[in-house]
Amino acid sequence: MIAVDFLLLLLLVIIAVAAISAKDILTSIMLLGSYSLVIAMEWVLLNAVDVAFTEAAVGAGISTILMIAVLTRVPRFEKEPKEQKHFFNLFNHSELLALATVVITGALLISGTWDMPAFGDPNSPANSYLSPEYIERSYPQTGSHNIVTAVLASYRGYDTLGETTVVFTAAICLILLIRSYKKNER
Amino acid sequence: MFSFIAVIILIGVFFVLFRAIKGPTIFDRVLSVNLIGTKAVVVIALIGFMHNRPEFMDIALTYALINFIGTIAFLKYIEKNRLD
Repeated sequence: MIAVDFLLLLLLVIIAVAAISAKDILTSIMLLGSYSLVIAMEWVLLNAVDVAFTEAAVGAGISTILMIAVLTRVPRFEKEPKEQKHFFNLFNHSELLALATVVITGALLISGTWDMPAFGDPNSPANSYLSPEYIERSYPQTGSHNIVTAVLASYRGYDTLGETTVVFTAAICLILLIRSYKKNER
Repeated sequence: MFSFIAVIILIGVFFVLFRAIKGPTIFDRVLSVNLIGTKAVVVIALIGFMHNRPEFMDIALTYALINFIGTIAFLKYIEKNRLD
């Protein structure tokens, strides 16, 4: 179990670094597709099957195709930097600022995980009273056998409505953009 | 036993990934990403048996389908430079 976990996380790091450093954007897209396949394996290993399903459908399927659709409109290869960078000013100011932002955000997120209960802790609030409540009440209250569906469509119905509106708006924008490009080409 | 097989398959993924990163032509990369997807199908099936939940096989089947769609999109882009 731990060996599988270790190998999956090592693969994730290698794929992420390779995807960043690739000059050919098509290679980056392919590596990102394999990244979401590997992270979906990790979700299945953590028993989060629904998340793994979404990750495979959206991460490896739809977003790969959308990124290729973008790539048909933009140049495929990354441009070489104009001047050769000297070793001492390897990081110019904007890169240092970006690095500092990433490090600070990461440190804040990691410090936020210190208060979390251990993974699979039976005494954590989610496991001690929240999940049993949902398991007992979701069928009589909503009539859905699937608890995840009950939470998403009934208990969090307004949240899901907002999400659906956002996705619908994004889809309309995407269709409009692609249509206008087609008209200009023909 | 199942986790031992999963470890061996994941070590195989490293070799395939080497070809995806190094691969001189784009077809090496398409093939290796497709192969990583196939290995993911096998590993998910193995994880299902590891957790004593063989119904994970359904997800493995869906993965096989999605993997195919991605490969088709890549090859269509390479051949025609467009998707429609």
